[in-house]
Formats: sequence, C-alpha cells, structure tokens
Amino acid sequence: MKAKFLVPLFLFLLLVGFLGFGLSLNPREVPSPLIDKPAPDFTLARLDTPEQTLGLSDMKGQVWLLNVWASWCVACRQEHPVLVALSKRKEVPIVGLNYKEVRGDGTIDMRKVPEQNELPMAIERARGWLQSHGDPYDVSILDINGRVGIDFGVYGVPETFLIDKQGVIRYKHIGPITPDALRDTILPKVAALKAES
Amino acid sequence: MRRFLLACGLTLFALAGHADTAAPVAADPVLEERVMALSHKLRCLVCQNQSIAESDADLAVDLRGQVREQLSAGRSEDEIADYMVARYGDFVLYEPPMRASTLLLWLGPIVLAVVGIGVLMIRLARRNKESAPALDEAQRARARALLEENDNDGTQA
Repeated sequence: MKAKFLVPLFLFLLLVGFLGFGLSLNPREVPSPLIDKPAPDFTLARLDTPEQTLGLSDMKGQVWLLNVWASWCVACRQEHPVLVALSKRKEVPIVGLNYKEVRGDGTIDMRKVPEQNELPMAIERARGWLQSHGDPYDVSILDINGRVGIDFGVYGVPETFLIDKQGVIRYKHIGPITPDALRDTILPKVAALKAES
Repeated sequence: MRRFLLACGLTLFALAGHADTAAPVAADPVLEERVMALSHKLRCLVCQNQSIAESDADLAVDLRGQVREQLSAGRSEDEIADYMVARYGDFVLYEPPMRASTLLLWLGPIVLAVVGIGVLMIRLARRNKESAPALDEAQRARARALLEENDNDGTQA
C-alpha cells in the first residue's frame, strides 16, 4: 500500500515510453504489402533504345535492384553517387525505373506540352541527367505516366526494390540509399539471395 | 437500363484508354460523385493527413484517375479498395479492416472503457461499505443525546 503513490508515476513513465517509441518511428516509411510477393509485371521502353522494351521476365534468374528515379527528384541526387559506386562493383545489376520524367516535374506546365512531345522530352532529359551525373544503371526504363509506379506502390522517389531470382520482391528501401544502408542491409541481403538456388 | 449504363461505362473506359491519362473530371456527375466518395476514404501517402480527394499531390491526382477509370470500367468500390491495399497496404484505408493485427486498435477503447467502469464501480462499492462505520451502543446513545441537545437549542432560539 505504501507504493500506491508510485502508480501515477509508473503510468506516466509508461506513457513517456510509448510516446518516445512513437517519435523514433518514421511515418513516411509505410511498409509495403508487396514484400515477399511476386513483382508486378511490366513492359516498358528502354531509355537507351526506346524502340525496345524491357519486361519483368527479362530479369528472371538474376538478383537485381529496381531503383525508381527522375531527373527532377532532388533526393535522387543525394543517393546517386552511392549507386554509381555500387554499379562499379558489378555485384548486382541495377535497373532504373525513370518515374514520370516530364509530368512528375512540378515546374512543367503539362498543358503546354503536346502529348506527342512528352516521350522525346523525357528521353532527352533523362539521358542528359545520366550523362552529367553518371549512369549506374544496367538499363533504365521509362514509366512516362507512372502506371508501373502505382503497381509497385511507389509514393515517393527515390525508392529501391530488391528482387530475387524468381521475380519476388524481397526488400524495399524508401528514400535515398545511404552508404550505411547499402553496406549493412542491402548488400548482405543481395549476397544471401544470390546464394539461394 | 443496366445495359445502357454498362454501355456508357464501356464507352467512357474506351475514351479513357485512348487518352494517356484519364480526364481530370468525369463528364458524368453521378460517376464523379462516386469517385469523390471513394477517394475520401483513401489516404494520400504523400501528405498523410489528407485523403486523395482533398490532396493535390501528384500521386493523389494519379490515384483519383485510377479510381475514376476503374469505376467507369464497372469495378466495384470494394474491388478498387482492394487494388489500392494490394499496392500501398492497409495504410491507404482511413478505416482499417478488422484483423488480428488491428484487434487492439478496434477493441482497445472498449476494453479501456470496461476496465475503467469496473474499477470505478469496485471503488464506489468499497467506499459505501467504509462510510457506514459500526457504532457501539454507548456511542449511539451519545450521538442521540448530542442531536437532541441541538434540536432543543434550535427550538429555544
């Protein structure tokens, strides 16, 4: 009975604990329901040769990364050197999903862009950006209207998906990849998935 | 009538399929109302305290386009909600579904209320018992005498 006065203090500390835990979470990171599910199928024009397409089945049998990017995406600049360094190690192929290159850019008034101009404009912008910042991608594909992005549950750029040999999404990194995240999380997962048969 | 509606829906879908994106507003006000009603139940992932009906974020506009396109293609509200959940998770729903993982969320307030009322009732019952202390015969007599004395004072004054 003596310790009864400690009860409110205990409850208060419990509340502080919960609130502190809440503060440590990042509400921007919404867990994807696609983890451990087959990657959504897609067939999109390649940035290097737009008359050719790349589909999900073309990547079968490989462990690979799908990195969502755009030239207008500021955070992509932050992770870009990390990707360029990663591509030089030749450990894992990186496919770039260029997301809404033209219409995603808030500074462009889409009413002034004729429909047939959007694709050439996107190609020019995306190629120019890779030329000046370095191209870490084995291949980039063009998601002009963002439809494939929706299928992948993309809600912010950059996002990166790790896909296994069977075409199943095994991990999703939201936001720019930091050197720490690459070293401590992504590369170990790549190595583990490559070891799977 | 149903056939006519279906034909209208299919025509709209064909038109939407032609344009690269769905038109920002459906020509049919009834359809637009359904689009907005469903959009109000879906959370925008970019600006998380707004629904995709209220938000002007790029993604919200795209997702509204999806809702519009799929409704005009004849899919039901539930099917479209499932489509969104499959891509973005339960988080897109403002009203989360009842599941093992959300049970605490749904039942928590009820459990807390029941526990609170229970504790209150037990304490009140205990207090009632305590507030009637037993007096022995001598104490009763004394109390009666005091009360009578007071009464007499009252009548004399």
